[in-house]
Amino acid sequence: MSKRVVIVGGGVGGTIIANLLAKKMRQELKKGELVIDVVSDKPEHFYQPGLLYMLFGLKHHDELVRDERNLLDPMVELHLHPAVKIDKDKNEVHLKNGVVIKYDIVVLATGSRPAPEMIPGLREGGHWFYEVDACLKLRHELMTFKGGKIVLAIGLPHKCPVAPLEVTYMLDDWFKQRGIRDKVEYTYTYPIGRLHGLEPVAHFAAKTFPKHGILTETLFNMKEVDANKRTITSLEGVTLKYDLLLTIPPHKGAQVIEDSGLGQNGFIPTDKFTLKMEGTTNVYVVGDTTNLPISKAGSTAHFESDIIVENIASELREGLTPFRYDGKVFCFIETSLSKATYIMFDYNTPPNPVAPSALIHWFKLTYNKVYWLTPMGVL
Amino acid sequence: MADVNLKDVKPTITVDARGTYCPGPLMELIKEMRQQPVGSIIELISGDAGSAKDVPEWLNKVHQEFMGVIEETGYWRIFSKKIKEM
Ligand SMILES: Cc1cc2nc3c(=O)[nH]c(=O)nc-3n(C[C@H](O)[C@H](O)[C@H](O)COP(=O)(O)OP(=O)(O)OC[C@H]3O[C@@H](n4cnc5c(N)ncnc54)[C@H](O)[C@@H]3O)c2cc1C
Repeated sequence: MSKRVVIVGGGVGGTIIANLLAKKMRQELKKGELVIDVVSDKPEHFYQPGLLYMLFGLKHHDELVRDERNLLDPMVELHLHPAVKIDKDKNEVHLKNGVVIKYDIVVLATGSRPAPEMIPGLREGGHWFYEVDACLKLRHELMTFKGGKIVLAIGLPHKCPVAPLEVTYMLDDWFKQRGIRDKVEYTYTYPIGRLHGLEPVAHFAAKTFPKHGILTETLFNMKEVDANKRTITSLEGVTLKYDLLLTIPPHKGAQVIEDSGLGQNGFIPTDKFTLKMEGTTNVYVVGDTTNLPISKAGSTAHFESDIIVENIASELREGLTPFRYDGKVFCFIETSLSKATYIMFDYNTPPNPVAPSALIHWFKLTYNKVYWLTPMGVL
Repeated sequence: MADVNLKDVKPTITVDARGTYCPGPLMELIKEMRQQPVGSIIELISGDAGSAKDVPEWLNKVHQEFMGVIEETGYWRIFSKKIKEM
């Protein structure tokens, strides 16, 4: 009897796992002892970090998409129908077209998405760049912006925790280049009492923001937006006026996760070391889909994928799952349109950003181009 | 509330934020406070001494209940209750 590994979600984590597993278990695949399926709700694979550059016209949509089929190993089966139910008791994934796939092991990799509907008035009054259409809309707004008050407000949870800082530094530089920086009052708000979740990054921001004339308001959690009055009010009782409201909306996980009763708001309770869904033996969770209190980032999904692949292969071959995720995360941080720094940390090692340089910025731009090697399992 | 009572509290949810540098303990609590229904008791486990100060300060600002903190060796167990919608 052949074994079946089903991966739900063809984003960063899902695609890496499918490809690495196909490489590692080539012989089993060839002999028909193993089948690997990817279930994806869309035919294309989108490189989300590119949105930050698309906002400034530095990347075009076409550069950020590839056909998922072309990224996947030919021996991996691809189902282009959304999963509508995951039945962990019966080991089944139900697709929208009525097909039911039975699995021995399932990997849940359905990611997260901005959910502006969670904040009253946000959809009407706010902008964000975390989705293609919203990013293009904001881009047009910025191109015609002649000056005024910009407020950046941040919801929880959200993916890519450094993006709010990056967009702030990049906008500062961009307004300077357009000669209107002195006409822009930019207020960066943050949910906790410092400027970033990571303490060293918060220090870095506290040191650099005053030099850029960036105003700050900490302990600011979005409660509601009044699109007519152009105000945003926080849970903490502060109201700010804006001409342009830039936000990172709070995120939710995929609907199918909620609908299948696997986790509140679509995030699944996950063991931080084994990456198995709590209380299960054959359900792995990767990337943004976990409820782990760590950064929701492509690099997190990548490092987790390596562990999940090793454990699945080892489990199928010898019934053991010896590998443990150490919490490793790596993030570039753009500090202007021409310089960047980076941070790396794990469960035991705090991050420590290095001095920003043009070299690191170029490294990030290079990675943006060669990203496709990551889901392909090469880089 | 004194520590003795806190030890008997049965939290609705426990968030172990030890060893997680980003987003960090307070942000995890804010997320849970928004997500959980009114009446929930949230236990936050933090390895960061600052949390024992940050959490009550934030709860006070948003008018939610700080139940207290138990200091263990090298970490803090901080209890809060969601007493109204937010
Ligand atoms: C603006 C921006 C900048 C970013 N910058 C960085 C960065 O610099 N570095 C970094 O590391 N990360 C960055 N990220 C975050 C990164 O993109 C995500 O954390 C990463 O994509 C998570 O990978 P994942 O596999 O968990 O989910 P995703 O890559 O989001 O994949 C999930 C997939 O599941 C699919 N899916 C959902 N529901 C279903 C269903 N029912 N059936 C089938 N398929 C389904 C989705 O369509 C999607 O294809 C950024 C994100 C944004 C938005």
